[in-house]
Amino acid sequence: MNFETIIGLEVHAELKTKTKAFCSCINEFGGEVNTNCCPVCMGYPGALPVLNKKLVEYAVRAGLALNCEISLFSKTDRKNYFYPDLPKAFQISQYDIPLCKNGSLKIEVDGKEKVIGITRIHIEEDAGKMLHGTESEDYSLVDFNRSGVPLIEIVSEPDLRSPLEARLYLEKLKGILEYLEISDCKMQEGSLRCDANISVRPVGQKEFGVKTEIKNMNSLKALQRALEYEEERHKRILTEGGTIVQETRRWDEAKGITVSMRTKGQADDYRYFPEPDLVPIVLEKEWIESIRKDLPELPDEKRKRFVKEYGIPEYDASILTLTKELSNFFEACAKGHKNPKAVSNWVMGEVLRVMKEKDIELKELNIKPQSLGRLIDLVDEGVLSNTGAKQVFEEMYKTGEEPEVLVDRLGLRQISDEGAIIELVKKVLEENQKSVEDYKKGKTNALGYLVGQCMKASKGKANPQLINKILKDLLS
Amino acid sequence: MNLYSLTLHEIRDKMRNGEISSKEVLDSVYKRIEEVEDKIGAYLTLTKDYAYEVAESIDRRRLKGEELGDLAGIPVAVKDNISTKGIKTTCASKMLENYVPPFDAHVIEKLKDAGAIIIGKTNLDEFAMGHSTENSAFKITKNPWDLERVPGGSSGGSAAAVAADEAYFSLGSDTGGSIRQPAAMCGIVGFKPTYGAVSRYGLVAFASSFDQIGPFAKDVEDCAIILNYLYGHDERDSTSLPAEYEDFKAALNKDIKGMKIGLPKEYFAEGIDPEIKDLVLNGVKVLENLGAHVEEISLPHTKYAVPVYYIITSAEAFSNLARFDGVRYGYRTKEYKDLEELYVNSRSEGFGKEVKFRILLGTYSLTSENYDYYHKRALKVRRLIRQEFDEAFNKYDVLISPSYPIVATKFGEQSENVSIAYMSDICTVPINIAGIPAMSIPCGFSKGLPVGMQIMSKAMGEAAIIKVAHAFERNTDYNKKKPSL
Ligand SMILES: [Zn+2]
Repeated sequence: MNFETIIGLEVHAELKTKTKAFCSCINEFGGEVNTNCCPVCMGYPGALPVLNKKLVEYAVRAGLALNCEISLFSKTDRKNYFYPDLPKAFQISQYDIPLCKNGSLKIEVDGKEKVIGITRIHIEEDAGKMLHGTESEDYSLVDFNRSGVPLIEIVSEPDLRSPLEARLYLEKLKGILEYLEISDCKMQEGSLRCDANISVRPVGQKEFGVKTEIKNMNSLKALQRALEYEEERHKRILTEGGTIVQETRRWDEAKGITVSMRTKGQADDYRYFPEPDLVPIVLEKEWIESIRKDLPELPDEKRKRFVKEYGIPEYDASILTLTKELSNFFEACAKGHKNPKAVSNWVMGEVLRVMKEKDIELKELNIKPQSLGRLIDLVDEGVLSNTGAKQVFEEMYKTGEEPEVLVDRLGLRQISDEGAIIELVKKVLEENQKSVEDYKKGKTNALGYLVGQCMKASKGKANPQLINKILKDLLS
Repeated sequence: MNLYSLTLHEIRDKMRNGEISSKEVLDSVYKRIEEVEDKIGAYLTLTKDYAYEVAESIDRRRLKGEELGDLAGIPVAVKDNISTKGIKTTCASKMLENYVPPFDAHVIEKLKDAGAIIIGKTNLDEFAMGHSTENSAFKITKNPWDLERVPGGSSGGSAAAVAADEAYFSLGSDTGGSIRQPAAMCGIVGFKPTYGAVSRYGLVAFASSFDQIGPFAKDVEDCAIILNYLYGHDERDSTSLPAEYEDFKAALNKDIKGMKIGLPKEYFAEGIDPEIKDLVLNGVKVLENLGAHVEEISLPHTKYAVPVYYIITSAEAFSNLARFDGVRYGYRTKEYKDLEELYVNSRSEGFGKEVKFRILLGTYSLTSENYDYYHKRALKVRRLIRQEFDEAFNKYDVLISPSYPIVATKFGEQSENVSIAYMSDICTVPINIAGIPAMSIPCGFSKGLPVGMQIMSKAMGEAAIIKVAHAFERNTDYNKKKPSL
């Protein structure tokens, strides 16, 4: 049987407003436990919430960037449930009237553009963090520093058809939120969290299959892997004639499997009702338009501009614009550079390779874009060979030193002085009379040997193109 | 004449003209408390050391010639569901028996700024849920007019304290009548402000969209003075109105000739004690004789008020009280094996019966199956009730009704007949549903027990109420009568 996979994502992004969602505590990751909290975000009796206007502004920014309708009237609701990290025993969220709805996001799959619907974006507050004791400690502690940190929840339509599409969607979404400068989007630290709903159905069937919800994916790769696992699990069960249980499952990264958390029968009734301590959120059109006007350039626009302005291929541009940081790095390097395509090759090649290998962020890379630009210049000018340049690059991100300094320190400066190379080649020809004769008899591979000998004699520093040219001249 | 039996404005004048010091006033009130508190039981906590510190500083400032406001040096009692920094705030619940707030409520800040002296925290029905103050986890409070009867509730301690001259004024909270009903039963003035006029910051929430803090006072003038200090915008309460307030003292000593008074007939219908009805109508006569126009009107949605009130307030209470889970503060059970048991046992042991009843009501009406049938419809009817009042106030300056259908009951009577207590809310809860202001003012005695007349006005229509109430008080002497203790 052929199956079709249906995926929808719920993404929570912590917003980096200065203060928390409903109190004046500083919104900051980390910090000594329970130092960044107050009666409001710890749910003390009598304390009342006050909505942070910046939170609404950031959410509207996200809504506009994701082509949503912005509700001129929306409200907050209480989502009631008990858990020690939730001090009021309810979360202030939005239930039936979200701030933004009916949006979309374009992703590129196999070179083709695909539009993914965004059902809604609503605002809510984060909970505290449980610190579970070790085996010998029979208690848990709670840190309320994160309690009341503003969040947006972005819910997609079930438009994604493969784990890869889900990953591309999340990657694109993450990029946009970063471009908007409203969230740090660090999946490892939990400032971007993603839950996935997945179901499969026989191709041609109209109704959706039974879905499962997957939680605890801490990276883009984990999202794809978890969904691939779950997709196969669904298909296997259905092929064997079984039925899928509607449930929430947790991704176990170490084991590479999903594990059942709870079935729908045990699901909570959150007893939503309008939050009586807050007034409705009423927005003015002019305010929304002023936010729209101030939106930064977003990945799609930037991609088009890079193609046009720097003459790099569409493929390069789409990779370079995935994150704001990378696109800024490229642009800082390519702006005014003679060879933007070489810059693109370097950024997509060496820069991304090192980031991936070392698992580091761009800003941890210790290389200024201008320095990379000059490194590329050195290659173009023949001062460095490509291999030499790669060695210099390695040293640059380790030491933070400039390429010009490193070329000499590492002794990699190519000899491009024609006179010096002629002397060198003459000497090699004298010492290798036999190869010269072979070449003259028509054995063309003797030339390669002679080039090698010349390079060896220059300790690898001679410009190979020059050697080639001079050798041919002298032998003819 | 003992100092403690004077009104706030009388004692203010004596302090201003140097006749007496704040410390002497405090001595007198604490002496009175010593004499009668055993009989009354109005207080849960007395804050004597703190009070004398404040009194001394007020006296020092006065000696230096500083000009002090109306409330400077005036002893005040505060209902124990209003947060006081460093002073226990128990809500008369085992759940918060040892809870000491780390911050002051907005009204407490205001009282402190004004130089008022908090002398103690008063008894109430647990979390302000009840009609008799019998639901307190700690003690009962007795009605100063008859020690075998309840003082009303939920702000029974605050009402009894003022009626027994154990404080010059006090603060209560009113969610469905919790100021006006005990004021009526104790024969004093009680005022429920326009929703949003007084910040709720620091008031331990029962039903957020209904709760308002307000004063108990010995007369209308005192009431006007106190309102001047309680009102004002507070950015920490999002439902706080951004209004500028007039000086309510300006509404005193005014002629009420030509004012229009409506008598909603539903508030005088079956179930109202006939003697109470007569006393209120006599009161209305007094106003008519002073030149007011009186007409009977109808507010047909009144019959839905009680169910609407219980549905919405219980839902909000269910959620507001969910934070008392034994995790961070308040009562925690000694017996638990896991998290679930920690929650269940702490809440089962920490809350009293009435509180559990309301939580269950809210838990039931808010399920996804029940929400539309109960909560959503109740919210719709709330809008209709509001509209009905809006229309009435297009024609009338004030509406007048009994404050409560019956006089103070004997202990145990209400718990024996719960429906009496609930249906009796008919005169008070519509006011909270509509968010409008209302005062209960003494208008006579039935079988030796005080009866209250309720004067309502439109949102922000406080001045009209004060005008009418003060005219009534100037022409009657009910407020001058004191219980013999
Ligand atoms: Zn806080």
